[in-house]
Amino acid sequence: MSVIKVEEIGISFGGVKAVDHVSFCVNEGDVFSIIGPNGAGKTTLFNLVSGVYQPKFGKVFLEGADVTGLEPQVLARRGLSRTFQNLQVFFRMTARENVMVGRHLKEERGLLAHLLALPATARQNRESAASADVYLERVGLGAYADTPASAMPYGALKRLEIARALAAEPKVLLLDEPAAGCNAVETEEIEKLVRKIADEGTTVVLVEHDMKMVMRISDRVHVLEFGKTLAEGTAEEVRTHPKVIEAYLGTHGSKEAAVALG
Amino acid sequence: MRKLMSNRLVVPAFLALLVVALAFVMPSNFYFRVAALVWISALAVIGLNLLMGFAGQVSLGHAGFFGLGAYSVAILPAQFGLHPVIALIAGAAGCALLAFVVGRPILRLKGHYLAVATLGFGILVSMVISNEAWLTGGPDGMPVSRLTLFGWRARGADTWYWITGGLMVVGALLAVNLVASPTGRALRALHDSEVAARVVGVDVARYKLIVFVISAIYASVAGSALALVNGFITPDAAGFLHSIQLVTMVVLGGMGSILGSVVGAAVLVVLPQVLTVFHEYEHLMLGFMMMAFMILLRSGIVPSLSTLIAGRRA
Repeated sequence: MSVIKVEEIGISFGGVKAVDHVSFCVNEGDVFSIIGPNGAGKTTLFNLVSGVYQPKFGKVFLEGADVTGLEPQVLARRGLSRTFQNLQVFFRMTARENVMVGRHLKEERGLLAHLLALPATARQNRESAASADVYLERVGLGAYADTPASAMPYGALKRLEIARALAAEPKVLLLDEPAAGCNAVETEEIEKLVRKIADEGTTVVLVEHDMKMVMRISDRVHVLEFGKTLAEGTAEEVRTHPKVIEAYLGTHGSKEAAVALG
Repeated sequence: MRKLMSNRLVVPAFLALLVVALAFVMPSNFYFRVAALVWISALAVIGLNLLMGFAGQVSLGHAGFFGLGAYSVAILPAQFGLHPVIALIAGAAGCALLAFVVGRPILRLKGHYLAVATLGFGILVSMVISNEAWLTGGPDGMPVSRLTLFGWRARGADTWYWITGGLMVVGALLAVNLVASPTGRALRALHDSEVAARVVGVDVARYKLIVFVISAIYASVAGSALALVNGFITPDAAGFLHSIQLVTMVVLGGMGSILGSVVGAAVLVVLPQVLTVFHEYEHLMLGFMMMAFMILLRSGIVPSLSTLIAGRRA
């Protein structure tokens, strides 16, 4: 069953069609990757699916229900969360507190109880902190729990965003370049983590530039160019697709493209 | 986790001790009066700091709420014979409602635009108070009837010292409770990244409104307290300069620091009193000192000093 279905979606900015009639379907528990050259519209597509932008046309379905144009916080309640290409970390908070915000929807939200610090609020704080620690452990950041996010290294912040998104217990997780700017070791760790998340039943939609990683972990790959769909298929199908090779390295670079695409 | 819980209460406990300890060293009624003014400003500043320091939303119109609180304990008892305590509560409820109505449209704005919109709100309130002379006495102000509780009349600077000190400590306690709660985390999160807060389910517009309403209640109660202490109130309490003064106290003491709110209020209330020794250079000195504070302790007095001390220890 497809958990997320995007139909003919699109948006334009000042006459430029950033995303133009793109459609795809993602099956439950899959890792679905979206690739394409810089400026192909991958992040814009994510912003449309996650409610950050309102699509000009087209529809988004989450578990069969039409969720087109719903705001991100409403989509979060319905089980969709995401990370960001450019870090969106709560820098004034510790790693644990960052992930505790991810538990927001699972928390009791009685304002009076919060102001009076009733025992229920204290219990809630303990529960959120405990589950935050579990998620930090899962992404390998257990040692950073009490570290202010502003003092954490870049690679750790990438994983912190994943932990925060996971803490919301999403059905669908959109990861926007989780390995960007990471070294080979960090990239490998993130690849393992993404695989683990999918194996545990969370559907992953991935935007990533590291082709080796994409080809290894993706169940399906969707290729964008200039806001339009270029190809879609399994990693193997996409890798050998002549149009994809052309888009990445030009007509005469098929051999090099084959190497670059893993 | 236990440590975290007890840490939260350190600041209110310290403030309570401070209120009690200072009472023993106050040489005269004048000092009690100045201290009461510090506690009142501190209460308003704690509320404003929740909005500015924690949630990152600026307001240049908070004296508007302060003034409305002040005038409600002046007008409601005089016109409708309400008890001042009921008038204080009614004023706070009215300010909460007003903040809710005004906050909805203007909290969509960000940064400078929000600053200008709140500025406009503050000016609007102070204009109304100045112009509706039949109700408010206009620019000359109006008297406030004395507070009587169960036949006991609150009078004397020391009495008000304790009442305002108590209000301030309660305000600080509620604030630290809020900051350490799920609501507080949502507020601090949207300060750093609204979009990241939204994708994990935080209703950003709702939380901005909540903290705006809470900070308006703090300002209103502080305004009511000032009117009752002084026994007289003028539109200056709601004026633009007072709004700026409150914001300055937040920034000077330290954004996102409850203790800093009290320190910022104390500095800006006490310093002009101390600087009177410079006679005509008083305002010049005040300006210089504020600039020096901001240059030397750029994240505010309390946060800067605590980083400094933490750095020494490490």
